[in-house]
Amino acid sequence: MTTATTDLHRPATGPAFQGVGLGRKVKNAVATTLVALAFLVAVVPLVWVLWSVLEKGLQPVLHADWWTHSLYGLRPYDDRGGAYHAIYGTVVQALSTAVLSVPVGVMVGVYLVEYGAGTRLARVTTFMVDILTGVPSIVAGLFVYALWISILGFGRSGFAVSLSLLLLMIPVVIRTTEEMLRIVPNELREASYALGVPKWKTIVKIVLPTAMSGIVTGVMLGLARVMGETAPALIVGAYASSINLNVFDGNQANLPLLMNDQFANPETAGFNRTWGAAMTLVLIIMLFNLLATVISRLSAIKK
Amino acid sequence: MAKRIDIKDVNIYYGKFHAVDSVTLSVPPRSVTAFIGPSGCGKSTVLRSLNRMHEVTPGARVEGQVLLDGEDIYAATVDPVEVRRTIGMVFQRPNPFPTMSIRDNVVAGLKLAGVKNRRRLDEVCERSLRGANLWEEVKDRLDKPGGGLSGGQQQRLCIARAIAVQPDVLLMDEPCSALDPISTLAIEDLITELKQDYTIVIVTHNMQQAARVSDQTAFFNLAGVGQPGRLVEVDDTEKIFSNPSQKATEDYISGRFG
Repeated sequence: MTTATTDLHRPATGPAFQGVGLGRKVKNAVATTLVALAFLVAVVPLVWVLWSVLEKGLQPVLHADWWTHSLYGLRPYDDRGGAYHAIYGTVVQALSTAVLSVPVGVMVGVYLVEYGAGTRLARVTTFMVDILTGVPSIVAGLFVYALWISILGFGRSGFAVSLSLLLLMIPVVIRTTEEMLRIVPNELREASYALGVPKWKTIVKIVLPTAMSGIVTGVMLGLARVMGETAPALIVGAYASSINLNVFDGNQANLPLLMNDQFANPETAGFNRTWGAAMTLVLIIMLFNLLATVISRLSAIKK
Repeated sequence: MAKRIDIKDVNIYYGKFHAVDSVTLSVPPRSVTAFIGPSGCGKSTVLRSLNRMHEVTPGARVEGQVLLDGEDIYAATVDPVEVRRTIGMVFQRPNPFPTMSIRDNVVAGLKLAGVKNRRRLDEVCERSLRGANLWEEVKDRLDKPGGGLSGGQQQRLCIARAIAVQPDVLLMDEPCSALDPISTLAIEDLITELKQDYTIVIVTHNMQQAARVSDQTAFFNLAGVGQPGRLVEVDDTEKIFSNPSQKATEDYISGRFG
């Protein structure tokens, strides 16, 4: 005991800390350079793509006719007309996909997290969702072609495109809902039960609103993703150069179809229309992402 | 209001694990009963079995009877939702609903049960917040989110939310363990006030707290890891803390173990 006390009074000998060695400095510099390089490699193509789209697509998009006219009756070299028909098709097809996929996906997600946890059915469902996530879009298109058009005898239409987008969209919505519900703290469910609120009402009024902003963001991002899908549109949809307001019947253009059609047009007008459509698609998707951010901000948990 | 609870020979299981062994005890109305004991002794589990909250955990089940004024809450015909409406609960960590304002948090139980009358909701809101000693602090910001309050205020908000549905019994699962001493004091004062109207059962790790607020104290213990928890003794708080009849209780209270 006494020795320990005297030891404490003794001054420390020599500095306790040494400077950073050369080896560590070199390693640090190398690692920093590598990380910066990786960043550049990732960003350069992105900026390049955006720049090309902007450079070649901005001109046609700025023309007022672009948003108000279709290409009906125009010859391949006519430098007029617009993408109104394709923009309408893209938006309407995306909306019908959303209307069908969101209820189904959210309900499956709720089942998986709130009711089925650990059951056989839930495990099988999760497995199927995993598989569905990996299905290439062209396979989804072929499936809808076989079922909706060959067997059930419906014609090609915007809605058939929506149906194949639905197959791609549902697993995204299920996954998002699942993840968002899982991070809702259990304490909130218990607090609600403790007030004598039934389970279904707890889910509808407490759990889902708490997870809402995340689900909305996920749905918006999923929609933005499927809007650019081309393969299903080529198989079950069909391009039309005029406006078709009816999503259920007849050929209905959308932006990927318009691009595909005009890419085959060797005139300058075709070049402009293709890039214009690309620009428009990017703009719409950006708008959706922006909307997702705004909605999630608005419905976010307030502090 | 304020009913009596009789726990008769209650055994609680999580799947195959026998968590609590044969507890029998009575809680008189308009009194505070404290459950004390080391971690894992099953006191929270017993508390959660009193409003059938226990069975929310998958695989959990209860054997035996819990009588609320003579009526078995585990009878086959009883709806657990009704039981929880009658027996409220306050949790260890304050858990206000993050999407709701202070006002909506307080009246959540009524609103979700379908009460729409704005006037009645406002009345209940004010009465419950006053009951929880929170009204003066929040009356000017009832529309602000509940998550913006301090921890102690949030816990009192949760108490207001629990008493807004006018339960007969209030269960509290370590309600002060996440709070600072001043907020703890506020909650303890509140418990003393609330016992005029409610039957209160409180789980606490803090023995001074049990001694301060409770009329009756139950000491739980477990023989070893993997063994079921059991009730060692229950008696008037004064007797438990001055002259307990069991050696284990005395050891625990005097800090010799646990």
